[in-house]
Amino acid sequence: MTAAVGLRLDVPVAWQRAVVFMLCLLPLAWLVLRALTGALSANPIDDITDATGTWTLRLLLITLAMTPLRRLTGWKWPLRLRRMLGLFAFFYASLHLMTYLWFDQFFLWPEILADILERPFITLGMTAYALLLPLALTSNQASQRRLRRNWKRLHRLVYPIALLGVVHYYWLVKADVREPLLYGALWLGLMTLRLPASTNRMNRQGENKSL
Amino acid sequence: MPNRILPSEITPESVYRERRRLMQAGLAVFGAGLTGAWARLAEARVQFKGEISESRFSTDEERTPFEDVTTYNNFYEFGTGKGDPAENAHRLQTDPWSVTVEGECARPGTYALEDILKPHGLEERIYRLRCVEGWSMIIPWVGFPLGDLIRRFEPTGSAKYVEFQTLYDPEQMPGQRRRILDWPYVEGLRMDEAMHPLTILAVGLYGKVMPNQNGAPIRLVVPWKYGFKSIKSIVRMRFVEQQPVSSWMRAAPDEYGFYSNVNPNVDHPRWSQARERRIGEFLKRPTLMFNGYEDEVADLYRGMDLKKHF
Repeated sequence: MTAAVGLRLDVPVAWQRAVVFMLCLLPLAWLVLRALTGALSANPIDDITDATGTWTLRLLLITLAMTPLRRLTGWKWPLRLRRMLGLFAFFYASLHLMTYLWFDQFFLWPEILADILERPFITLGMTAYALLLPLALTSNQASQRRLRRNWKRLHRLVYPIALLGVVHYYWLVKADVREPLLYGALWLGLMTLRLPASTNRMNRQGENKSL
Repeated sequence: MPNRILPSEITPESVYRERRRLMQAGLAVFGAGLTGAWARLAEARVQFKGEISESRFSTDEERTPFEDVTTYNNFYEFGTGKGDPAENAHRLQTDPWSVTVEGECARPGTYALEDILKPHGLEERIYRLRCVEGWSMIIPWVGFPLGDLIRRFEPTGSAKYVEFQTLYDPEQMPGQRRRILDWPYVEGLRMDEAMHPLTILAVGLYGKVMPNQNGAPIRLVVPWKYGFKSIKSIVRMRFVEQQPVSSWMRAAPDEYGFYSNVNPNVDHPRWSQARERRIGEFLKRPTLMFNGYEDEVADLYRGMDLKKHF
């Protein structure tokens, strides 16, 4: 929101980035604040796992929303901020993974391996992270230039990664599947917006608006 | 059988309904004989007056703080978040309360809570509680053996199982407005499990009357089974011949079996049950067979394939 207004007011790109950077750190700041003030539940490790996992998924979906937003509105800032949002998704995914490896399994590698092999939701989570890693590593402009057309193909992996994240979440809840289903619906919506029929219409709309 | 209910002790429905009406209207001054019991119960809302005896079944492990026991709960009737029950359970009206007893027994009927409690001395039972999600607590319950109550109802030879139901009232239990589970919540025990001396009905914890979020006014505690077996806010008990289908069995038959005994060797289909995090501790500890009550209860399952009867 702030960024949108900022663009309209011709706020420098660096400022837009700074604002979004701070916004993306807010969930972590909130988590740390709650941890330090004893405001987490009786099972704080679970709270940390929950929050970092949820924000990974949210940021992935927000990242996926940037291209349709650009098409729909003609604004330029969504594409400029996309990389940072994607990297923050990776940042929260890394915190999520570290929480699991450290506080859940205490780096007991045989148990971790057994988990990956035997627990489908962990298999999916690990797969998603393994796929996200090369995207984070090649997110810089040098890689973009070096990989040329392959860069785009590689980074389309983010679509299945987000879906893996949704199913990973769906498979770990006991009975209340409302939230994972909501994320699933959002993913589906964002995918639908990428179908040729939708993109053509959005492009026209975006062009009209930017005139 | 010292705890048998005499027919004269059973309060006819018309009588206690009227009593309640009087109470609610604030006209309790009438009929001192009737209101005495009520006054005692009301006092007991905070702290039990009578003596609470110790039990040889209690563990001497460090108790989970009261604060944690009463703010970290799974009680989906009040929401699926761990903090939801503590936030929403104030809506639950536990007084008056009655329990309907039906099925294969000689003394079916609807009993006011105080009539249920009257003949039973209260004990403190400090038990381990292991949640199917992989965390555990040590809770000092206040209650009495379920078996002592069941004997008063004189179950017949066809009573092979006892089924329990939680209150169904979406007004008081907002979580029931969504069909997260097939309400009302149902649980069940095999008769020998129900009669086992470890199995209690709890009416309090930490020496205080049961907080609503922990299953007030009366709940089951079966310490060698996963927490969800210990059904809360019970309004119905039914003696049946066929194995009951619990709410969790109905929701996910391949994940939750009827027995649901704590067993580190049989994993939940989606996660390991080998270890648990004791609330308040950082490192995980190994989960014990039958939650550490193997000596007391293993005989109940002699010869059974616990992988099949999970």
